[in-house]
Amino acid sequence: MKNFLMGNQILAQAALKAGAKAMFGYPITPSSEILETWSNFCLKDKSISILQTEDEMAAGFGMIGACLAGKPAFTATGGPGNVLMQDAFSMAEALRIPTVAMIMQRGGLSTSTVIYSQEEVRLTCFGGNGEGFRLVYSTASLQELYNYTFKAFKMAWKYRWPTFILADGYQAKMKGEVDLKDINQKLENVSPILKAGVNLRNCYNLEEEIGEIIVNYADEYNQVRGELEEYEEYQLQNSEIAIVAHGIVAGAAKVAVDLLRKEGLRIGLFRPITLRPFPAKAALDYLSKVKKIVIVESALGQLSSLFKDELYELSLPIIEINKPAVGFTPKEIANTIKSLK
Amino acid sequence: MENNKPLFPSCFKTSSKPHKFCPGCGHPLVLRMLGQVIEEMGIADKTIFMVDIGCSLLAWDFFDLPTTQTHHGRTIPTAVGFKMADKEKIVIAYVGDGGAYAIGLQHSVTACLRNNPITTIVVNNTLYAMTGGQLAPTTTDQEITTTTPIGKSEFKTLKGPEMLKNIANPNAFLARGSAFKPLVLKQYLKKAIETQLKGNFSLVEAISACPTNWKTNAQETIERMGELEKIFNLGEIK
Repeated sequence: MKNFLMGNQILAQAALKAGAKAMFGYPITPSSEILETWSNFCLKDKSISILQTEDEMAAGFGMIGACLAGKPAFTATGGPGNVLMQDAFSMAEALRIPTVAMIMQRGGLSTSTVIYSQEEVRLTCFGGNGEGFRLVYSTASLQELYNYTFKAFKMAWKYRWPTFILADGYQAKMKGEVDLKDINQKLENVSPILKAGVNLRNCYNLEEEIGEIIVNYADEYNQVRGELEEYEEYQLQNSEIAIVAHGIVAGAAKVAVDLLRKEGLRIGLFRPITLRPFPAKAALDYLSKVKKIVIVESALGQLSSLFKDELYELSLPIIEINKPAVGFTPKEIANTIKSLK
Repeated sequence: MENNKPLFPSCFKTSSKPHKFCPGCGHPLVLRMLGQVIEEMGIADKTIFMVDIGCSLLAWDFFDLPTTQTHHGRTIPTAVGFKMADKEKIVIAYVGDGGAYAIGLQHSVTACLRNNPITTIVVNNTLYAMTGGQLAPTTTDQEITTTTPIGKSEFKTLKGPEMLKNIANPNAFLARGSAFKPLVLKQYLKKAIETQLKGNFSLVEAISACPTNWKTNAQETIERMGELEKIFNLGEIK
């Protein structure tokens, strides 16, 4: 069924249909309509609940509390709220709590704009005093907000890594057509985590104790990477130039590929959908055949540092087109690439 | 000899005893009273225990109850979230005075204001014990801590239950007991859990001793506890 909705409304709809039972949140632009929409759902459906908390820490830990009781719960935030919520996300990472957080990126640094950026990539992937054992989906359209919210809940409860929908103010506030289709999905392992016989801790006495846990987590994370990693490839066969972009910038880059192909350029797009874990193997397979890589992002090198970290084996020239906290039009990307020598 | 064995509540986890607290610490007294209340009320199968960071974290395996550590100050919101998701459980947040009145103050205030049906136990030893004895909101006038080396004097001593009384629901329960008057404290703990069972917020503060950081011997510890019981006033506050 096609609907005309705002991104934030789509996210709340998807969470409900995906099996979420509780939301904990603190209002922050550009994510607030998720909280508002869920509040309205709660009026009609008594099996779900909401708590507007006193701050983002309480929202994050409230969500953890509900997940510990075996109820799929989620939160939504952005910018400075994402900073505060790292307190909770780091505990979720340590105790393998299947949280789902919808991050609507606003401008960084600091309070910045309420509008848009891709400045929360590092924070969402690696925030907290840990190693980034997280699952981060970077969406590129309203339909993807819907589809990947389903996937986020599924994967969070299946693998028990804190899971994120990483979008931005443009996707959050944009209104457009979306198919709120039924996705036949049952969440696995939904049962109380804190139950009889369970004593959980995140504080340890010795260096070796926590060291061993981190190594074990890394092993588990790396073992399932192949099942978690997602990407989109567009027109990369026989391409000489590959654009690498994520999120809504990848949406613009895809149109730029069409524009440039019309002019005879052999160009394609590689878009990591999961930023954590980064689809390194697929990227290496596709990109080892091109001659040049152009990384486009609304940040000053956050995607490119992830990319270079994972793909140091590629010995190719990389050109970066960065507009920190500012969006791109397809034409602009196309023109900038045309001007490259 | 059998008759001389102390009677511990069955929810005590024997494999984690002896406990991890310092000699003379008030925590084990508070925990023992809580264990007895849980035993007497017959609620071990539905009690969830959550501990803060600070010395309270040492209670993470004290009971044979579902227990989790949280982050510093974040035990109350975690308890609120759990209770929202499973209303049949009795959820207890076990925190220090730093967790309840400094880094987590907003959560104490808001959980009380909203009348969330959880029970908070605040163990108040007037300083930050786990980190070596620094100033807390509860540090008393002229008290020497490692960050007030010539004695604290700049501001008042925070009295949590009295502060919360102003915003508490009429059916909430707020009280202050002392780890050195355990049977009275036990009555407050029982009343606090009964309050939760009726769907209301409860908070019990227990004045507690920290000889390690107070640098007091046994006699001085008892004397200091007597002073604190006067400064803070014991009793049912709401």
